[in-house]
Amino acid sequence: MLSDKDRIFTNLYGQRDWHLPGALSRGDWDGTKELVLKGRDWIINEMKNSGLRGRGGAGFPTGLKWSFMPKESKQPCYLVVNADESEPGTCKDRDIIRHDPQKLIEGCLLASVAMGAHTAYIYIRGEFVNEAHRLNEAVQEAYAAGLIGKNACGSGYDFDLYVHRGAGAYICGEETALLESLEGRKGQPRLKPPFPANSGLYGCPTTVNNVESIAVAPTILRRGASWFAGIGRPKNEGTKVFCISGHVEKPCNVEEAMGIPLRELIETHAGGVRGGWDNLLAIIPGGSSVPCIPKSICDTVLMDFDALREVKSGLGTAAVIVMDKSTDIIKAIARLAKFYKHESCGQCTPCREGTGWMWRVMERMVKGHATVEEIDMLLEVSFEIEGHTICALGDAAAWPIQGLIRHFRPEMEKRILEYRASAPRAA
Amino acid sequence: MSEAVEGLPFEQPASFAFTPEYLAKAQAQIAKYPEGRQASAVLPLLDLAQRQNDNWLPRAAMDHVAHLLGMAPIRVYEVATFYTMFNLRPVGQHLFQICTTTPCWLRGSDQVVEACRKKLGVGIGQTTPDGKFSLMEVECLGACVNAPIIQVNDDFYEDLDGPSTEALIDALSRGEKPPMGSVKGRQTSAPEHAQKTLLEVPERSAPGTQAGAGDRNAE
Repeated sequence: MLSDKDRIFTNLYGQRDWHLPGALSRGDWDGTKELVLKGRDWIINEMKNSGLRGRGGAGFPTGLKWSFMPKESKQPCYLVVNADESEPGTCKDRDIIRHDPQKLIEGCLLASVAMGAHTAYIYIRGEFVNEAHRLNEAVQEAYAAGLIGKNACGSGYDFDLYVHRGAGAYICGEETALLESLEGRKGQPRLKPPFPANSGLYGCPTTVNNVESIAVAPTILRRGASWFAGIGRPKNEGTKVFCISGHVEKPCNVEEAMGIPLRELIETHAGGVRGGWDNLLAIIPGGSSVPCIPKSICDTVLMDFDALREVKSGLGTAAVIVMDKSTDIIKAIARLAKFYKHESCGQCTPCREGTGWMWRVMERMVKGHATVEEIDMLLEVSFEIEGHTICALGDAAAWPIQGLIRHFRPEMEKRILEYRASAPRAA
Repeated sequence: MSEAVEGLPFEQPASFAFTPEYLAKAQAQIAKYPEGRQASAVLPLLDLAQRQNDNWLPRAAMDHVAHLLGMAPIRVYEVATFYTMFNLRPVGQHLFQICTTTPCWLRGSDQVVEACRKKLGVGIGQTTPDGKFSLMEVECLGACVNAPIIQVNDDFYEDLDGPSTEALIDALSRGEKPPMGSVKGRQTSAPEHAQKTLLEVPERSAPGTQAGAGDRNAE
């Protein structure tokens, strides 16, 4: 188990004061001026050396992403923080925002210095009304203390930070949809290229980062890249906030080392699977978008980007959704199909039409009112959606169904045969 | 989104304008964005308009926001109909947004929905005849380790089951406002009575102390 002294989010559960004095007492904003004065190249280099990979799901190296921002720009540069946390299973950014907001604010300053940005926006999902209030209050406290604003921390660097609340749309978690939304339009993803680092918010160089990626930066820079890189496995370094939901005895969020075995994570922190490990059916290990894995894989798999990719799933947002043997897994995945149908922005035909079609077929699969051949057709259609849309929502809708068919096809076939046996025969 | 809740008969008001108090809030929002980029404030302004207007957004309010931001009205209508949090017709005083996505479903959101139906006598997408409660099914609210969840207007009620949902409805019916957060009194997202990390602080602070208090009380 990771030791408490290596945990970054020391107020994850909100047991201590979230206000600025409390944050200061936990070490936030300690020597920030010196970090700013070390300059953008030093910051980017440290972030690269730390091995931090983006915590929003895609796992792109954070330092490298920051380095894509132009060194010289006639236009203003922007940092935009993605706090549109909406991936089913995921609730980690909410805790960072309401319990450790100063870590996020300090991270915004340091990341902005690294990318030459003097303005940052935090885009928080609309439903987080109380969390947005708190974040706003924390931002005002930072302004009042001179930590941000003109001459932030006395470093000579000017930096403004604003909180922007969304209004209910999962798709705005996609970075270009988020920028569209921030500009006052429907959240429909943009074609890439151009990438946001060249043309993002208001057509200016922009980097969009997840809350957790930004909030861990100050601690990494203070304690050193080698400290962070010393936790976890190569290319999968550091600590990570995991969200453990579903059929466990004690659902919870917890910060642990990357690469912790999935079973150890659940048994150490979440009280184990309801009814014991042998009662486990399957787990969705990284938020609703990644394929589920059956117990046989869960027995040994490690929780990091590469280990989960090897078993054809993904770490995603590290939202672990546990399903015990009482679960109707076809129904569980059908509900996710409904989610994607609801959240498709409607821009690309394969996604707009495909998510609805997949949901309708999945609803029939739940009853068994289908043919065995339709399982193959469903799989085939899912591959036609995957990779054929502007953004990754199409992929995200396809993967859970592909995972279901890969691991639970016999279950689906059984359901179909049972339905046939019970249905009245046509004369 | 919007038309998700059927309600009582209603009429679109002929006009809408921000009150001085709301106008000041709207101007503070507009000031967050660069010159010429006021359209960025469309979501915050529609939200303010909805708050001023009993939690629903009439057409006249969209026109008012369009005028304030120098946007074509159609652009504002597009936005108002795209995002799920704008109610395009009146909703009950307590808008129950019940999450039924897989993580909540695994923890018993069916029982939560059933408790609402039984207690209120209306189904998803409906409003009680007295205009007090509306039921709405929503997608993942982002508090999955505290599932199942209902968002009542702005506030999350977490760790629900059938009986605690009924108790919540009873309390709201009596005009009380139960503290938001876990209805079991659990410390936010920590494992209940099983915390193994961050132990140098007490698992649950005494009520009224600075720590812990913020999460349970409306701000």
